[in-house]
Amino acid sequence: MFEYAPAPESVRPDIKEHYGLFIDGEFVDGQDVFKSVNPATEEVLFTVAEAGEADVARAVAAARRAQETVWGPMSGTERGKYLFRIARLLQERAREFAVAESLDNGKPIKETRDFDVPTAAQHFFYHAGWADKLSYAGLGADPKPLGVVGQVIPWNFPLLMLAWKIAPALACGNTVVLKPAETTPLTALMFAELCQEADLPAGVVNILPGAGAAGAAVVNSPVDKVAFTGSTAVGRAIAKAVAGSKKKVTLELGGKAANIVFDDAPIDQAVEGIVNGIFFNQGHVCCAGSRLLVQESVADDVLARLKERVSTLRVGDPLDKNTDIGAINSAEQLARITALTEAGRGEGADVWQPACDLPENGFWFRPTVFTGVQQSMRIAQEEIFGPVLSVLTFRTPDEAIAKANNTPYGLSAGVWTEKGSKILWAAERLRAGVVWANTFNQFDAASPFGGLKESGYGREGGRQGLEAYLDV
Amino acid sequence: MGSILSGAEAASLVRALPGVDAVGLEARAAGLSTRSVKTTSKAHAIDLAISMIDLTTLEGADTPGKVRSLAAKAMRPDGDAPATAAVCVYPSMVATAKEALQGSGVLVASVATGFPAGQVPLDVRLADTESAVRAGADEIDMVINRGAFLAGDLERVFHEIKAVKAASGDARLKVILETGELATYDAVRQASWLAMYAGADFIKTSTGKVGVNATLPVTLLMMQAVRDYRAATGIQVGVKPAGGIRNTKDAIKYLVTVNEVLGDDWLSNHWFRFGASSLLNDLLMQRQKLKTGHYSGPDYVTVD
Repeated sequence: MFEYAPAPESVRPDIKEHYGLFIDGEFVDGQDVFKSVNPATEEVLFTVAEAGEADVARAVAAARRAQETVWGPMSGTERGKYLFRIARLLQERAREFAVAESLDNGKPIKETRDFDVPTAAQHFFYHAGWADKLSYAGLGADPKPLGVVGQVIPWNFPLLMLAWKIAPALACGNTVVLKPAETTPLTALMFAELCQEADLPAGVVNILPGAGAAGAAVVNSPVDKVAFTGSTAVGRAIAKAVAGSKKKVTLELGGKAANIVFDDAPIDQAVEGIVNGIFFNQGHVCCAGSRLLVQESVADDVLARLKERVSTLRVGDPLDKNTDIGAINSAEQLARITALTEAGRGEGADVWQPACDLPENGFWFRPTVFTGVQQSMRIAQEEIFGPVLSVLTFRTPDEAIAKANNTPYGLSAGVWTEKGSKILWAAERLRAGVVWANTFNQFDAASPFGGLKESGYGREGGRQGLEAYLDV
Repeated sequence: MGSILSGAEAASLVRALPGVDAVGLEARAAGLSTRSVKTTSKAHAIDLAISMIDLTTLEGADTPGKVRSLAAKAMRPDGDAPATAAVCVYPSMVATAKEALQGSGVLVASVATGFPAGQVPLDVRLADTESAVRAGADEIDMVINRGAFLAGDLERVFHEIKAVKAASGDARLKVILETGELATYDAVRQASWLAMYAGADFIKTSTGKVGVNATLPVTLLMMQAVRDYRAATGIQVGVKPAGGIRNTKDAIKYLVTVNEVLGDDWLSNHWFRFGASSLLNDLLMQRQKLKTGHYSGPDYVTVD
């Protein structure tokens, strides 16, 4: 036997006992206080001020003043310098941010270290480069910022979603009021400290922790634009709330992506892609490949390999460097995953889970594969947002496309085949914002990301993503 | 183990294998490389790696003295460290190695078949093999006919491996694919299966004599091949990466890959080997570091 001894990450970030709201360059008290827990242990990590309507109003006023007097008039070159500085500071403190993100979110250190934090830094580097080149973005000769942007982000990639929102907004000359998710405010507050360290002018970035009410207050405040990533239900409420106003909106919402494996796929790599597609970040990924569509002729082989591979996944302590799957982010999310999994059993799908021990405390869910899933089942239609894969089969390429598109969502899709022409054929027909070929869950600051249908509208990243933060 | 397939059958099966996506394969290998192996598991891994080494010398300048020195090191590398699996030499050195290793349990492996290029007539390659076996080799490391493989003559490659297998008698046959010359992952997968269909007991990456030798992605791909071959036929085949594995860190990455792709069944020197020479001393230095808590240096392990 070759067992890996525990390999815990030894760095511990300096987490304060209490964090305030970050308004106008300073930490201040809010109307209330709430706790943030470590989902892997259920221990309280710190307390944090909760923003009320008055706090939001103050933050928006500070952002307005900063935008009109400092950040908006500043040359793109100077704005770029600040963004480069932020990017470099994120890199310098990468280890600290990675551990903090694992503690607050429950995701494995392997992912925060190798994906979340470096990709967040990359977003700042990328957009720092755009700050003085906006005239060349194909969006007009001298595109102007929108003004103050209200941003509400989810708990699945707390720091990365912050970077996706703040970096382009700032590069384009906007100022921001950002509400991190209720369960994962830590890295956003550490980012606020980092803004102080970078001498970012007061009011350019404001961070307001809180729950749904604080998010609604941001949306309803006199901002010029609302950017949201999260559930389709909340996205719909936001669209209603801003309807009839001059606020611009971009929404990045849910998904139920199909990962299509044709019989001529590179099978071993497809299995890796399936695993990465659904078990990356505990499946808390809006573009997760939560539906596997596999050609019937290779289904048995693919499933046998998939189960063997899933059996090697290591579930447990997020701070152990060898952990592949960490904790579910919250008790609420665990309850939702459990309920939908029960629905899958009830509707007659076959459930399979590897044998693995789960820690006693904290929120945990075994990687789960449902076979014998039919289109009509809830687990084939609803977003589970957890480590649960629904496997369906198809007979012909046309059937694969029809099943893949048969969902209210349209965020992402995967195509696995060694035949280049089939990739192009499928990509033309799939109604999804992102189509990955022979890979899955790949992200780059230079590549636009966003959805179709109920997965939202607007693009983030790349040249296309700038449009959401410019008056064009 | 003789093959029950004809050359034409084997060639057509091999040509129908699914493709390999290079980006995905390399990403998986890189992912396995991030495993953190510390303390007790590191100590276990180091001893396991030592026991899997085919301690190798394949130089024109090899002498009986050099081979005896290597044999002594293989039997007793350092203090209570385990012996290596085998000593790997040219056929002319087999008798010397056999005598030096007598009764130790350390095997004698001999390269053969016109190593490393294999560009000599088949009867010469077979004679080379037979002489190594006669001299007492426990294992034969043959090279495949890359020229024939790249020219598309898979049947010829198959028949040649079969013939060498027959000439090897009871010696276990390691088939060197020379993956650096096959160049593509698809070709490596095909060559792996062809060798196994022809009766290979081991598939081995490289001779160590060309520019690109063992890499983790190539070895991972060959591990997937032996895993799938056993699932299909019930026959277990070993894997030997060779050339370019010089330090403990790299060796542990290979062991992690064996562990997660093949599992316990392959985690012994009967089924997994490292073809290496300088690797052993690095493992021994790391071993001393774990025992004493401080690094020693190259003068605290022997030069052989």
